[in-house]
Amino acid sequence: MIKKITNISDQGIICDFGEEVNKDINKKVISLFNYLKEKRNKDEIKGIYNIIPSYNKLVVHFDLEKNNSHKLKEIISSIDLKKLTSSQSGNAWTIPICYDDEFSLDLENLSKSLKLSKDDIIKSHLETEFYVYMIGFMPGHPYMGDLDKKLFTSRLQSPRVQVPIGSIAIAEKFCIVYPYLSPGGWNIIGRTSIKLFDTKNLTNPCLFSPGDTIKFKKVNKSELK
Amino acid sequence: MEQSYFEVLRAGINSTFQDKGRFGVQYMGLAPGGAMDYQSFLLSNILLNNDKNTGAIEFAYQGPLLKLVKGKTKIAITGNVFFKIHSQKGEIVGDPYRTYDLNEGDQLDILATKASVYGYLSIECGFKLDKFCGSVSSQPRAFIGPNDGKKIELKDKILILKNSTTKENKIIRNIKFENKKIFSVLPGPQFHYFSTNSKKQFFSTPYLITKQTDRMGMRVLGKSLKNLVNSNIPSEGIIKGAIQVPGDGNPIILLSDHPTTGGYPKVGSIISSDYDDLIQQNANREIYFQLVTLEAAEQQFTLYIEKIKRRIANIEKI
Repeated sequence: MIKKITNISDQGIICDFGEEVNKDINKKVISLFNYLKEKRNKDEIKGIYNIIPSYNKLVVHFDLEKNNSHKLKEIISSIDLKKLTSSQSGNAWTIPICYDDEFSLDLENLSKSLKLSKDDIIKSHLETEFYVYMIGFMPGHPYMGDLDKKLFTSRLQSPRVQVPIGSIAIAEKFCIVYPYLSPGGWNIIGRTSIKLFDTKNLTNPCLFSPGDTIKFKKVNKSELK
Repeated sequence: MEQSYFEVLRAGINSTFQDKGRFGVQYMGLAPGGAMDYQSFLLSNILLNNDKNTGAIEFAYQGPLLKLVKGKTKIAITGNVFFKIHSQKGEIVGDPYRTYDLNEGDQLDILATKASVYGYLSIECGFKLDKFCGSVSSQPRAFIGPNDGKKIELKDKILILKNSTTKENKIIRNIKFENKKIFSVLPGPQFHYFSTNSKKQFFSTPYLITKQTDRMGMRVLGKSLKNLVNSNIPSEGIIKGAIQVPGDGNPIILLSDHPTTGGYPKVGSIISSDYDDLIQQNANREIYFQLVTLEAAEQQFTLYIEKIKRRIANIEKI
């Protein structure tokens, strides 16, 4: 389960679940995350600034005035991960995507490099039920997987300086959505109009959570708002 | 009663609202943000008897020129800052770490930070600001913070929560500004990715702070680090002070507005008690890194907290 817990700062520790990236390992990371988050919110563990789950790691950032890495390592090591309710399943979402040429900036090139027709790539993308491994990099930005093997691809040789908001892109076995205008090196295959992070929503600004599942639904340009 | 407010006659270079930052939300991809120099931020509020997490204006290099159009307030500026106050009585050069009264029509001209980067302006009871996820800290890139996270701009109206009612002013004397040259580092999660020789050089040769430095990160230039394992890792959580090393071998120290996760290996992390001093270092200055143990880092943190407490205890009435 947790292979080791080490310091990454005097106010931060990292729980290492190994090197592999797969859903089973990620679900363990998320069950520990949910457990610690509840303890933090109830103030049963003091001085926690942030708990950050990723594919196969969990980082805990804490206030050294109120807690320390020795105590936190002890608390986390004593948790029986098997007993944590991993039954907690995430939300299931259907997200509209438009694959029109003006949005799918890299589909043509992918079709050549993957030796698949554009329709085959789209079909495979639509058939996959994606799992949200983590939210990171920018507010609301999901890392989803796993693509079908035939769509595995590397990142662009030179990243774009600006990727349009709502671009849906793939690289390696993952799929992402860019919630903000930003630089980016992933292969863009479509666009959505769904808002992933809404600052007007004060209680729950982030649409997705780690552990959610997502299917894409093909729509016309006119259906994108 | 009429709303008291400042009008911005000059915005300054990078003026934003900041408090301690946003916590418990990093899993949504939202960085903590918050004041770069926590100690200076904190003292600006303590001088005014404010709640210690009251939002302040953070500025870099050149601060704003503000006119108090309506109302009466008391201010405190912290950091190594050169500023003037224009009032009916004339013009004075102000001292940081001291409170001043401002009356209607007065202008506060925050001209420059001296041999440093960041400074803070707080007012009695604070500015009138909306919080998002418990904080007023601005993150312009993500449109988060007061006024959709925009930096403070010319002609903005900055609202004052309450007029000042206190008579006396306060000061902290004998604040010394020294330029730290050596910064302590704890090993990072991918410390072992880098060659022994590279690490030896990293901890013994100078690194130049480049101009490619902002609230998100500080790029330093010196001997590049050789990665023997892999220059990409599956993205993992980041906390401020982490020193990531991309494929080109040139370190980037991640600062308060850092991305929440990152896929570059990290050779180490600046210890917490050195962070405020690090971010005050100007571009083109040379710094050194030294490897320390966790125990030493924790001890330094205790000293850092004690130093802040001493400064607070030394606040005098004038």
